[in-house]
Amino acid sequence: MGESHEELAPAVQPGVEPSATTERSHPSAFLEVKDLKIHFPTDDGLVRAVDGLSFTLDRGRTLGIVGESGSGKSVTSLGILGLHKGGNARISGQVWLDGDELVSATPEFVRRLRGAKMAMIFQDPLSSMHPYYTIGAQIIEAYRIHNDVSKQVARKRAIDLLGRVGIPDPAHRVDDYPHQFSGGMRQRAMIAMALSCDPQLLIADEPTTALDVTVQAQILDLIQDLQGEFGSAVIVITHDLGVVAELADDLVVMYAGKVVEQGSAEDLFYRPEHPYTWGLLSSMPRLDQEQQERLRPIPGSPPSLINVPSGCAFHPRCQYCELTGGRSVNEVPQLLPTAPGHLVACHLDPTTRRRIWTEEVAAR
Amino acid sequence: MLTFLIRRLIGAVLMLLIVSLVTFGVFFLVPKIAGQTTDQLATQYVGRDPSPAAVQAVKVKLGLDDPLVVQYGRFIKGIVAGADYQFGPEKEHCPAPCFGYSFKNHQPVWPLLLDRMPVTMSLAAGAAVIWLLSGVGIGVISALRRGSILDRVSMTVALAGVSLPIFFTGLVMQGLFKYHWRIFDNLHYVSITDNPFSWAKNLVLPWISLAFLYAAGYARLTRAGMLETMNEDYIRTARAKGLPERTVVLRHGLRAALTPIVTIFGLDVGLLLGGAVLTETVFSLPGIGRFAIDAVEQSDLPEVLGVTMFAAFFIVVANLIVDVLYAVIDPRVRL
Repeated sequence: MGESHEELAPAVQPGVEPSATTERSHPSAFLEVKDLKIHFPTDDGLVRAVDGLSFTLDRGRTLGIVGESGSGKSVTSLGILGLHKGGNARISGQVWLDGDELVSATPEFVRRLRGAKMAMIFQDPLSSMHPYYTIGAQIIEAYRIHNDVSKQVARKRAIDLLGRVGIPDPAHRVDDYPHQFSGGMRQRAMIAMALSCDPQLLIADEPTTALDVTVQAQILDLIQDLQGEFGSAVIVITHDLGVVAELADDLVVMYAGKVVEQGSAEDLFYRPEHPYTWGLLSSMPRLDQEQQERLRPIPGSPPSLINVPSGCAFHPRCQYCELTGGRSVNEVPQLLPTAPGHLVACHLDPTTRRRIWTEEVAAR
Repeated sequence: MLTFLIRRLIGAVLMLLIVSLVTFGVFFLVPKIAGQTTDQLATQYVGRDPSPAAVQAVKVKLGLDDPLVVQYGRFIKGIVAGADYQFGPEKEHCPAPCFGYSFKNHQPVWPLLLDRMPVTMSLAAGAAVIWLLSGVGIGVISALRRGSILDRVSMTVALAGVSLPIFFTGLVMQGLFKYHWRIFDNLHYVSITDNPFSWAKNLVLPWISLAFLYAAGYARLTRAGMLETMNEDYIRTARAKGLPERTVVLRHGLRAALTPIVTIFGLDVGLLLGGAVLTETVFSLPGIGRFAIDAVEQSDLPEVLGVTMFAAFFIVVANLIVDVLYAVIDPRVRL
């Protein structure tokens, strides 16, 4: 502590790329995150907020990142945007966005992409908008950094965007302050701001958490409509499986900074193989069953990221832990394919997993 | 907004009335409680070599034996309508606003105060500009470079600044610049209308001494405010928009951190306009503060009463301005 490192990420000169960054598993993908690690050294120890995350995402597709609080999902999104806080974060791995590698790029290079090519919708629109500037001023500001236009043109654009996201009477509301908007309207304005420069990658971090249920559905519909219109790639970060069920094509389930299961939304909803994913699904209310049972919460709480449990981080909360004969306690499970495009990090053998899911969990 | 202003103006007038009541009480009631006779009180008004006859005359003229309510009423009436004081053949007029009449100097207090005002205003304005710019600037840099050598040094200096009294820093400054290096020789107040350069040159030392005291506090306040706002979600949003760091810090961070600073700045300036007693004394500046000290030393009650009301007036006005400014700065505040 005490040292003032502005950026601890290795300051690689553009053009002088380390050999490791030239290897891409999916060179055609619009966004490829490869073995992303974001660690924060603290006085109490090293916090492994994200510990080896890989995924790819194409334009027009939606990826859901699911997990409890503290599972590293928000840090992931901030890491992609180069916004991981504190300056002392240690970030490694690769983030390829449309052919540019961002982890080793200069902060200035990433800044120019932020807001333009990749934009973010934040969780709490009240605290995420500046209380002292009007909605319009904030959208205009976002637009004018990346587009050399006059204030009048930017203002027209802001009004147009507010209308597009469903703000009534946008020509007048553009001069309102955030506190004069309702929660749902603020989130719409936030989306308008994120969309101001037609981003090709849109990251929505818990976009509906602060909203009430009826507004949630409207916001999700809006994101989906706009994605269809702009053809952007979207990452939705949430703890709410209901949100991703509606939006996502692919899912990543994170636990304690690591991916525990990854695959298509269909795989994860109908053929989940990780006990943690089962837990998430069982703790979600369902309308497709006649008899509504009690929800089954996952016992315990997420681990501290400083003292991650040995072996499989989920083992203290996992009721199938004994079935692995102690491997879960001693050995970190690898994320391995169980079916094409479906990856699971669990020591249970695949047949046992599928049997437990169909006979025990899904049968409930 | 208009109703707010009217309400606050009425409030301000009421506040001044209360201040006058309290001050009046302190000067007239407390001596009475302490057992001072009206004769002794009248003696203080007479000036040099009081003869018993003169004392008696003053007592009657000023109505010192009247009930306090009547005396207070007369004082307020003087402020609104002016007052006349009859001394044998000569009649002294004290035009409104009459904040009292100094019997020792044979002059109304109000013009005396007005004479001193430019000095205090010059001192306060110059120092305020210096401490606001340097304090806020250092605070912002310290917050951004938190934990760096620069941060530690400036915060230590700031601690020293808050702790060191003006009669120490002021004298050290004078000792160094005036007597040792003789950069600022023969300091005396020159009006800005006479010679702006000389005005500034003569005020540089008091400005810096006074500003040092305040800048320290502002630096700490700004640093704390910036550390807080730079962690706000909307700062992250500003960065996510792709704003350059400079814009993030100044337009988004400092803009929000400035609100409490503006509040305190208004109050500090208001307080200073009522007289910077120590600074004016240390640098022998003939301002309001110096006037207050002289009045107290000479036990010139009308002058003390007048200067107290004068200082209270600035504080009440500063409060009013700060309240209005608050609504201008923070759109969430509706008046």
